[in-house]
Amino acid sequence: MPSKTAAALEANAEAGHGSLIGYFPAGYPTVEASIEACVAMCENGLDVLEVGVPYSDPVMDGPVIQAATVEALANGFKLRQTFDVVRAITERVSTPVLVMSYWNPIVQYGVERFASHLAAAGGAGIITPDLIPDEGAEWIAAAEKHDLDRVFLAAPTSTQERVNNAAEKSRGFVYAVSTMGITGAREELDELARKVVGSVRQAPTRQNTAVGIGISTGDQVAEVNGYADGAIVGSAFVKAYQSGGIDALSAKVAELASSLDTRNN
Amino acid sequence: MSSSSKPTNLRAQSGPYFGEFGGRFVPESLIAALDQLTETYEHAKTDPSFISELAELHRTYTGRPSLITEVKRFAEAAGNNVRIFLKREDLNHTGSHKINNVIGQALITKRMGKTRVIAETGAGQHGVATATAAALFGFDCVVYMGEVDTKRQALNVARMKLLGAEVIPVTSGSATLKDAINEALRDWVANVDTTHYLLGTVAGPHPFPTMVRDFHSVIGIEARAQMLEEFGFLPDVVTACIGGGSNAIGLFHAFLDDQDVRIVGFEAAGDGMDTPRNAATLNFGKPGVLHGAKSYVLQDEDGQTIESHSISAGLDYPGVGPEHAWLKDIGRAEYRGISDAEAMDALRLLSRTEGIIPAIETAHALAGALKLAKELPSGSTILINLSGRGDKDMETAARYFDLLDGGANA
Repeated sequence: MPSKTAAALEANAEAGHGSLIGYFPAGYPTVEASIEACVAMCENGLDVLEVGVPYSDPVMDGPVIQAATVEALANGFKLRQTFDVVRAITERVSTPVLVMSYWNPIVQYGVERFASHLAAAGGAGIITPDLIPDEGAEWIAAAEKHDLDRVFLAAPTSTQERVNNAAEKSRGFVYAVSTMGITGAREELDELARKVVGSVRQAPTRQNTAVGIGISTGDQVAEVNGYADGAIVGSAFVKAYQSGGIDALSAKVAELASSLDTRNN
Repeated sequence: MSSSSKPTNLRAQSGPYFGEFGGRFVPESLIAALDQLTETYEHAKTDPSFISELAELHRTYTGRPSLITEVKRFAEAAGNNVRIFLKREDLNHTGSHKINNVIGQALITKRMGKTRVIAETGAGQHGVATATAAALFGFDCVVYMGEVDTKRQALNVARMKLLGAEVIPVTSGSATLKDAINEALRDWVANVDTTHYLLGTVAGPHPFPTMVRDFHSVIGIEARAQMLEEFGFLPDVVTACIGGGSNAIGLFHAFLDDQDVRIVGFEAAGDGMDTPRNAATLNFGKPGVLHGAKSYVLQDEDGQTIESHSISAGLDYPGVGPEHAWLKDIGRAEYRGISDAEAMDALRLLSRTEGIIPAIETAHALAGALKLAKELPSGSTILINLSGRGDKDMETAARYFDLLDGGANA
């Protein structure tokens, strides 16, 4: 089957309308609350959802997401509940649901077993922030077998050769890291993002690419969608939830999603 | 750095993998920096000008070669007619083996044209060594240190500051060494153009486990030659304490292909091997990925890292270098646990019998040797890496033995 994620991004691109991809941690602040938050995000205009797996040593995450995932773990989140969260969301909305996880939890669960359970729960695939394609043979094979998307990253410092490989090994999209840093909102989006997207465009394998890290405003979402296939927002959504619960989160998603409509009007 | 021609040839392993362990499990953002580091190091290690510059710094600054001291009164206390020898890394400048790696990586930093170094530190030994090298080479220096550790090693924090480094207390996670590494990795991702991450142990992504081992391998190379030259034999057993494993691999590496030499590493067992409060990763951990490499990790069934416990900040780490994981799995080295209490007893014993106050980390190896002495044939010889001196641990020791404020004599 073709990638549901890619289909969503490509349909939006064809309609001249960019895509908004949003992150929220599973189990934050509780499993039930995270399901409700994720469903609300999808109902308010999100095109692709990323469900984060809380991990004790999240080296790619800034303070906002770190604090949220620490709280999820403190509240008793268990890895297997990732599948409960994904299943509950996909039963209620049709938005493609990716899981974003550091590599060790998946290794401990069993790569093949994780892939199989994720597919059974209706998940679309996995974003692997600390797994480069060079180390990813086992995961790539499991993803093929279970028809899952695999989203690898491309960074401003990646060589064209490495970007080519990321494009070839990814399915769904390539996650273009917009800046040399960790997750968290930044006021000015790096020009580096355009460079990374340009490199993905040059790869022999045609691959969608979405820009993440540092995006928090509607203007940024619109700007990124001017040259990429999607904008990824994480910390800004977690912050919105912290400031005013589901209502504030829904409003933030709707606000950023409407920036894409505005651009086309 | 040279490989043996013996059939086993364990010394020739140079990553990225040691058996199934090692690799580069890091964000793509760091790959270019790791590639640059690998390339720079690969060139440097065979470049005569690099080799001679490093050797000269060790001779005139570090104070190498370090001594071998036979400790007869300590051995007498151990019993069974054993002979015990210490490789005196405590006599190096800054007081531990850590300077070997730091000087090497500082030269590599210079070759890469970078001007800022960052480091993690547990006990403070590596932070002090890095701050020292930064002062010597004129680098900006930031040291990440778990907030818990800044309290139990307050004097080392002052030393680093005096040397011109900025010390950033890390409050995330368990606020110890593993979290300091996370913060250093985050800093590196953001500042990779100007900054070298001067990792202090044989863990982390390739090329760190190999490069850091190579810089410390001078310990074993010297010790092996000194044993042969001064005493005319190789020891029956070589031992060292293990946190991340840098001083241990530094000593062990030269002996890997000496099949008659037994290799034993001692991990921190904290409250004891029968309790969950320990840092004995190779004994209680499972294979997994932490801080960029596959190795043994103290973790729960979900792969969440478990907080380790040890009286010694330098061994209080839930991971371990991948080469040790491999040496354990192929059976070339044994890894055992030593409790806080056993280590502190050995620390006092060496102080009282030899006038040498070891670091608490190192005391784990001394306690291990005392146990080994009772199992070995009478008259066996044991070489211990005396990886650091105990000055930094005086506050912990004073509290442990109640030596302050008119406390009883230890």
